[in-house]
Amino acid sequence: MTATRSGSVPAHAPTAVDLDRLAAYPHVVVSWVDDAGYPVSVATSFRTDAAAGSVALTATALPIPDDRELSVMGSHIHPQPGIGYDERRYLQLWGRAADGTTFTPSRVWGWDETEVPFFEYAERSVPQSRRYLADLSREKGRTIRPRLSPFWLALRTTRLPFLSVTVIPVLLGIAVAATHGAFTWWTALLTLVGAALAHLGINVANDVFDTLSGADDANTTPTQFSGGSRVAVYDLVSVGGLVRIAVALFGAAAAIGLVLVAVTGSTTLLWIGVAGIVIGIAYTAPPLKLVYRGLGELAVVLGFGPLMLLGAYVVQADALAWEPFVLSLVPGIMTGLILFVNEIPDRRSDASAGKRTLPTRFSPEAIRAAYLVASLVAFGVVVAGVAGGLLPWPTLAALAAIPLALRVHEGLKVHYDSPYTLMAVMGANVNLNAAVGGLLLLGYVVAIVVAQLG
Amino acid sequence: MGWLPDPVEALLEVALVGELTVVGRNGRPIAHPLIPLYDGERIFLHSSTLFSKKLEHIKREPRVSLALTDPVAMKGNADRATIQGTARVLEDDPHVDWEALILDLWRRKEPAIDAFLKARVALPLFFERAVIEITPERSLYWEGGDTTRPPVETRAPSEVAA
Repeated sequence: MTATRSGSVPAHAPTAVDLDRLAAYPHVVVSWVDDAGYPVSVATSFRTDAAAGSVALTATALPIPDDRELSVMGSHIHPQPGIGYDERRYLQLWGRAADGTTFTPSRVWGWDETEVPFFEYAERSVPQSRRYLADLSREKGRTIRPRLSPFWLALRTTRLPFLSVTVIPVLLGIAVAATHGAFTWWTALLTLVGAALAHLGINVANDVFDTLSGADDANTTPTQFSGGSRVAVYDLVSVGGLVRIAVALFGAAAAIGLVLVAVTGSTTLLWIGVAGIVIGIAYTAPPLKLVYRGLGELAVVLGFGPLMLLGAYVVQADALAWEPFVLSLVPGIMTGLILFVNEIPDRRSDASAGKRTLPTRFSPEAIRAAYLVASLVAFGVVVAGVAGGLLPWPTLAALAAIPLALRVHEGLKVHYDSPYTLMAVMGANVNLNAAVGGLLLLGYVVAIVVAQLG
Repeated sequence: MGWLPDPVEALLEVALVGELTVVGRNGRPIAHPLIPLYDGERIFLHSSTLFSKKLEHIKREPRVSLALTDPVAMKGNADRATIQGTARVLEDDPHVDWEALILDLWRRKEPAIDAFLKARVALPLFFERAVIEITPERSLYWEGGDTTRPPVETRAPSEVAA
């Protein structure tokens, strides 16, 4: 075997399996370099002899030479009229044909997108792109790097769409405070902005540490939900650039936090903010590297549950209370479950980078069971909270999302081993978080309206 | 204008895949299935920097060939052809140059490319691309695709004059 691994059939000495693969193609294209130095190709029919390790090529009018190396390639696509094509695969063998027709391969390489999906093939090829652009920069005498428009680059670098997991607990904290008669619109808005900036800073900081640890480089099956932003892996932003962005975001978040502490005079809020940023950085940063020790889910449950929701509540109400704490467990668990599911496709690269997340430690059955138990616990918290008189009864609306949780659980059974088909399941899991959060918020709005009417 | 025989141009117009063969570092022929584009004179292929080894080979040895062989990829046209020529890599700015050079030709054959291009953020390096421009010099054409019969050979007027 050689080091070439970007295709689904890595370069290697051919075996009977490779000849069986070749036999599935309707014809082959035989290529060689002619006496004028140009490659020349001719299509022909063929028959494989796996036992002999050879391919019988039908003689063509253009004589196939026996004194030089040949490439013999089978190639397939499935045209999709008006769209393009799919079902791409090809297999290329190199060797010689002793008599111009009996071809004996000595090396083979290929790709079949049903075995290595295109996105994974592309990710495996990222080092080649970086090498090529570095060479091109030297050739042109100027730096040539890949680019994205500022909007898309900002969105990708900060992983902006994940902000929903911050918006939900912050709005819930504000809503609980409102039911307790405490609401100031501008501090509520500042809380939302500050929490969002802190979350984006944490996202960027995590990418810095995952890039430095090699976890992101090792991951060749990232999806839109997993594998980090990859802006450093692709060289869209340097690691130094990411550090500067993270510092700026944390700085802005800290400034807003300090304004809120000054306005409320709450030292509790100060400690909540400090704890949030420390946990967010320690999530991937040494020495704690919580996610590398299987503690990532716990960190996320704490950060996006009690810390976010209680923080938003304290800004408004200037006190701690049991109701926001109990309620915070729900978005906390739901956000922890986003991480939990998103770690599934990353588990092999995470394990190779020493990132011992829960899916790297436990069997698929255990992970699926844990998902079901944790999601039911989240719904159970709502029921218990209402039964215990802590949460208003309209929050029971959140239970309407139970079928979606069950659907995610079922999806994990079917798609656990396929990063790309798992994407739909990961998407449904993100939607579950939004649905539960949205229904809880709706419950609080109803509770506020009912209280006003009463 | 181009000199390629009409039936070869007809293949270039419809082919979704052709086999570009380049000469590797050790003189080995290396074939790459690619979508060929044709402007009536020159043949264009293109490559992401992700899959750029072929570009390195062309820069070192610009003599290449393009084979059009698969009826399934050519709307059932069973004719076959091989075109030899000299290639050059156009990539002054791999981020944008290719769009001006070949995007119109590309979308005519693969309309789905516009949807992928809109989602450029999802796979940014795929759209850092170089264009391979081939000036045809010699054409071998097999009517009906029967390569056991001698091909019709045609050379570029400049080649003939030389």
